[in-house]
Amino acid sequence: MAKKSKEEIELKKKKEKLDRNERKSQRIDSRPFAEISELKVRMRSKKKKRINRSLRGDIALFVFLALFGILSILPLVLTVSNAFKPLDEIFLYPPRFFVKNPTLDNFSDLANALGSSMVPFSRYFFNTILVTIVGTFGHIIIASMCAYPLAKYKVPGGGLIFGLVVYSLMFPSSVTAIPNYMVLNWLGLIDSYWSLILPAFAYSMGLFLMKQFMEQIPTSLIEAAKIDGAGEFKIYWTIVMPLVKPAWVTLIILLFQSLWANSGATTIYREDYKMVSYALSQIATAGAARQGTLAAVSLIMIVIPIAVFIISQSQVMETMAHSGMK
Amino acid sequence: MEETIKKENWFKQKWAQFKDWKQRTSIKIDHWSRKKPLRRKLYLNRTLYLMMLPYVILFTLFTVVPVVMSFCLSFTYFNMLEAPSWVGFKNYLTLFLDDEIFITAIKNTLIIAVVCGPLGYLMSFVMAWLINELPGKLRTIMTLVFYAPSLSGNAITIWTLIFSSDMYGYANSFLMSWGFISQPITWLTNAKYILPIVIVVQLWMSLGVNFLALIAGLKGVDKTLYEAAAVDGIKNRWQELWYITLPQLKPQLMFSAVIQISSALGVGAITTSLAGFPSVSYAGHTIVNHLTDYGTLRFEMGYASAIATILFAASILLNKLIQKIIRKLGD
Repeated sequence: MAKKSKEEIELKKKKEKLDRNERKSQRIDSRPFAEISELKVRMRSKKKKRINRSLRGDIALFVFLALFGILSILPLVLTVSNAFKPLDEIFLYPPRFFVKNPTLDNFSDLANALGSSMVPFSRYFFNTILVTIVGTFGHIIIASMCAYPLAKYKVPGGGLIFGLVVYSLMFPSSVTAIPNYMVLNWLGLIDSYWSLILPAFAYSMGLFLMKQFMEQIPTSLIEAAKIDGAGEFKIYWTIVMPLVKPAWVTLIILLFQSLWANSGATTIYREDYKMVSYALSQIATAGAARQGTLAAVSLIMIVIPIAVFIISQSQVMETMAHSGMK
Repeated sequence: MEETIKKENWFKQKWAQFKDWKQRTSIKIDHWSRKKPLRRKLYLNRTLYLMMLPYVILFTLFTVVPVVMSFCLSFTYFNMLEAPSWVGFKNYLTLFLDDEIFITAIKNTLIIAVVCGPLGYLMSFVMAWLINELPGKLRTIMTLVFYAPSLSGNAITIWTLIFSSDMYGYANSFLMSWGFISQPITWLTNAKYILPIVIVVQLWMSLGVNFLALIAGLKGVDKTLYEAAAVDGIKNRWQELWYITLPQLKPQLMFSAVIQISSALGVGAITTSLAGFPSVSYAGHTIVNHLTDYGTLRFEMGYASAIATILFAASILLNKLIQKIIRKLGD
């Protein structure tokens, strides 16, 4: 009885399977063209990817790319691995590329060295962070406030201002370094945070990128806001600023990077106003005994800008797409 | 009690007066502005001008004024203590006729610019072009790999370790273990090697903002153009590059060239941190080094301004020339 029922069940299953297959085949039959067209689409999409590309060329180019990529990243990998090397491994002959016994000694050495110096190291970090943050955000607000009229209106004199900004991109900043010092001196800002912050506000690349990015905001949006009774400043703050988020993220990257590395050695003399990268260069001159500490500081100085870039990478690329010049 | 009320009343009165004055003057200005079309335009756009004001003031102070100032000071003798005295073209004459170190600096800067400018530009473009062929995630990673060196401004210290003069340096130990050399080379104190090393490091750092701009620009090229071109008979990626990508990318190429030129002519900090200041027999001395030497150490501001003016003129001229060439590209 039980056996029979088992067979019955199997039969039933087979029947069901057959049925299903039959139904499937019927379905295919019912729309033969759909199937073929689907196939065609798949073939075409495969072909599309491979337009004008040969496999051999692909491989050659990727090998080339990988090679250069390794060359490019090698010194940075070395920096990272050095930071974790104990002192005897740093002075090993032949020098080893990767660390064998990673330790955090260098970082604790750094903490000790800095704890014993006249100015606590946290003060240097505080200075750098303060200048970086104030300089970056101040620049974003000031530059975007100027970029908005330049991008969306034809005000008399606007073309001249933007032309000058473009020209200022064309020469290295060291051209203006000495007169800049005189101007700062004249304003009485030497030996204060402002001597680093104010020139950062006037960074011309920021204005350029911001203006190019703002140009693609639809004018109808601004007009609609105007009809609703918003003033220029309100339009700028509530409509334009949220739309250009990628641009200000980009400016954060660029300014952060330059301010973070700025040692301020030429304009700041007071020890407790000095920047991290100045302290770093001081440690570097202290010689061989500090090699490990130096590696640790280098790592810290490198990691933070890279982390900021990784976080904001997609928005940066979006801004750069509008960076073109005519 | 009475006094405070009095004070309050006084304040209210003044406020009312001020408001009245404001209204009257604004009407006056309105009338005044109607007399000429340009005036009217300026008046109607006053909020916009107000918004532009902070940046324009700062930009003028820190870019326009310095350029003009260094041009004017370049005709004077000025040491920051006494008032500048007019000397005419003497600074320029001394620079080109008597200052041998400046000629070395020009030579070095030109060598660096001629190698790093085109090569760095080509490298950014080729890398951006290849990266653009990669699938999404890999593209992001490779972008970071190539951009990281210029992000990490302080990483130059690692190069002093690589090119260290003793056998503990990576370059020396590598070459010695492979038997190319038997004695460690004093890389950064040998006049023969300083300039090539500076060029290598500069090239390593040259994939910066210009590189990002190119990647973004390539990403933005309309894909349908390539399909249309394939139909029209373009056969391989080289033709694709020449006939479609380059003309489409012209604005980014222009921007990238500008950045590349100003960074190639502005090399200076790298030499100082690699080879010290001054470098051995001025082998790595660039115009920027010469400028900082006279400007921040010797305080001969007139002379330094002449150097700055020459650098300024050279970069603008070079830019204009390159832009003309790029405009013709693919036409």
